[in-house]
Amino acid sequence: MEGLKTSLKTSVLLKQLLNIIVLVKQVPDIERVKFDVETGRIDRSSAPAEINPFDLNAIEAAVQIKEKMGGFITALSMGPMQAVSSLRDAVARGVDDAILLEDRRFAGADTLATSHTLAAAIRKIGSYDIILCGEKTVDGDTGQVGAEVAQLLEIPHIYYVSRIIRVSENSITVVSEAENASYTLESGFPVLLSVTRDVNKPRLPTLKSKMKAMKSEVKIWHAEDLSGFLDLDKAGYAGSPTWVQKVIVQKEKTRQCRIHRQVEDGLQELMRLLEAKGLV
Amino acid sequence: MGDKAQGRKILVVAELRGETIHPVTFELLGKSREIVEHTGGEVYSVVFGSSIDKAKASELIHYGADRVFLFKDPVFSVLNPMLYAYNLVKLCREEKPDIILMGATCFGRSLGPRVAAALKTGLTADCIDLRIDENGELIQVRPAFVGNILAHIKTKTKPVMSTVRYRVMKAREKDESRSGLIIEKTAEKLFQDRIRLVGEAVPKRLNITDAEIIVAGGRGLGSAEGFKLLGELASLLGGVVGSSRPPVDDGWIRKEHQVGYSGSIVKPRLYIACGISGSPQHLFGMKDAETIVAINSDPSAPIFRVADYGIVGDLYQVIPLMIKEIKARRSSVG
Ligand SMILES: Cc1cc2nc3c(=O)[nH]c(=O)nc-3n(C[C@H](O)[C@H](O)[C@H](O)COP(=O)(O)OP(=O)(O)OC[C@H]3O[C@@H](n4cnc5c(N)ncnc54)[C@H](O)[C@@H]3O)c2cc1C
Ligand SMILES: Nc1ncnc2c1ncn2[C@@H]1O[C@H](COP(=O)(O)O)[C@@H](O)[C@H]1O
Repeated sequence: MEGLKTSLKTSVLLKQLLNIIVLVKQVPDIERVKFDVETGRIDRSSAPAEINPFDLNAIEAAVQIKEKMGGFITALSMGPMQAVSSLRDAVARGVDDAILLEDRRFAGADTLATSHTLAAAIRKIGSYDIILCGEKTVDGDTGQVGAEVAQLLEIPHIYYVSRIIRVSENSITVVSEAENASYTLESGFPVLLSVTRDVNKPRLPTLKSKMKAMKSEVKIWHAEDLSGFLDLDKAGYAGSPTWVQKVIVQKEKTRQCRIHRQVEDGLQELMRLLEAKGLV
Repeated sequence: MGDKAQGRKILVVAELRGETIHPVTFELLGKSREIVEHTGGEVYSVVFGSSIDKAKASELIHYGADRVFLFKDPVFSVLNPMLYAYNLVKLCREEKPDIILMGATCFGRSLGPRVAAALKTGLTADCIDLRIDENGELIQVRPAFVGNILAHIKTKTKPVMSTVRYRVMKAREKDESRSGLIIEKTAEKLFQDRIRLVGEAVPKRLNITDAEIIVAGGRGLGSAEGFKLLGELASLLGGVVGSSRPPVDDGWIRKEHQVGYSGSIVKPRLYIACGISGSPQHLFGMKDAETIVAINSDPSAPIFRVADYGIVGDLYQVIPLMIKEIKARRSSVG
């Protein structure tokens, strides 16, 4: 509640200056990464790490909001030290400040433990109007962290945001997608938004911004830095209610394809198929 | 084992789309019945809606619920996850279910994590199977890494929560003779002003998830024009048009048509892939189709490995011939 009050106050005082937090995770390049079948873990050394592709849209959304309204963007990530490089990448893409939550005691976290840790850091940051996150991570693939963080902060969230229609100094209007319909929704601040890939086309960082980012300072917060905000029993492996009992590598489900290089033959077979299915 | 003797309380969170209960709900009820038949216990369901009445809610009983909690209130006309979560969490604290299941739909994936965080429990996303092991514990099976692996997830805390993918579990036959209890609950109307609906919801024109016939195009189409051709074939077959990601990115076709990891997961009787290579991300969305046909000019395209029938050739040659042939047969019969 305290965080809520402060943030309302700041947005009233500094009219039009929005405090934006973007949640960014470093993930392995999913196309190339290998898994350790024994432990069910991914072998992070087998592929280069990058910003979770969905989070690039969250960063771009933050930058666009800032361009319209003015404001300050903090990128927040939990992960190992290597994630500093992804946070520098976020700086090159337009965020103003970057914080990495790094500690052995944060490691091995499932979505709930991750959310507790992120929410603690957000409470420590204190004032925030908009929190942006990606639709899902390509390695965790749950899309749960955003809404869990929102619940822990007791703020509203809107998922599957495909368009940001309007931002004012005290509210935001967005389009949220469901399978059967699109909804235009409005929320006051603070609010957490989870954006889809449709929300924008992330810009590439310029050479100049990359150079600048290389020298930028990424703040590192360890467990001690979150004391008073985080109950360590709720963080990391120890605080994770879910665990992976077993991992089965899927054999590629191949089918016996009847391939025709002669179009005429293929066509005849397709017509028989359509007939069998009652389509012609 | 001791746990097992006490049976299970499973709570299925029903999803309403407009006035109808979405079928994923019935699939979850079917799975829940299977579990309690094994472990003992009861299946509960909860439904939130602005106009849902007892008659509609009793469908949940016909599909397998023993007890239905009905929250009927105009506040539920806007999907405000904070408000929904508050009421659902309160119900869970009263009823203490062992397992909570929701569809892995936009609804379930937005609401589920809030409830899990409030109940301080684990949530497993996008499950494709649920089993009880020899210790009476729930194993949640979910694909990971773009479907390359299947993970078996267990949850240490109670309740165990999962979101479950649509069209992987089987609903039971509707049984109108099944009886059960409908309990009307009073909604706590909190957080109403936090999320406001502006204007009317805009319904989508396409429901690709439920389509039985899909004619899909990829980058191989070369331009937006190609979808007109596919559209013609699709409508001849009574189907709809699907797409891989690049055409959506290039603005040739709307996102609703996209199949795959960041699009829709489909399970049609027939999937005709035209000019699609078959990347893991695309296969993720369609590999469970009953029959897959691939038309691709590159014989080494991976799509041929998962297809049942393939034609190596130019789609701009093959599709018009197909259309012609179908029309010819129909007019000769008709
Ligand atoms: C297939 C699969 C499905 C899953 N499904 C669910 C689910 O539905 N619900 C759920 O709650 N959980 C689920 N889990 C677990 C959950 O997704 C995990 O959060 C996820 O796997 C995180 O693993 P990771 O690969 O990012 O983490 P790891 O490979 O364990 O490592 C990366 C994470 O560890 C942390 N880390 C590593 N070193 C450090 C360090 N020095 N300091 C600080 N942090 C560090 C970072 O936080 C980073 O995010 C699932 C796991 C798997 C494998
Ligand atoms: N370790 C993390 N650090 C920062 N943000 C994260 C982390 N994990 C998840 N997120 C955010 O939450 C979103 C959903 O993640 P997930 O629930 O893992 O699919 C991501 O797109 C990120 O924006």
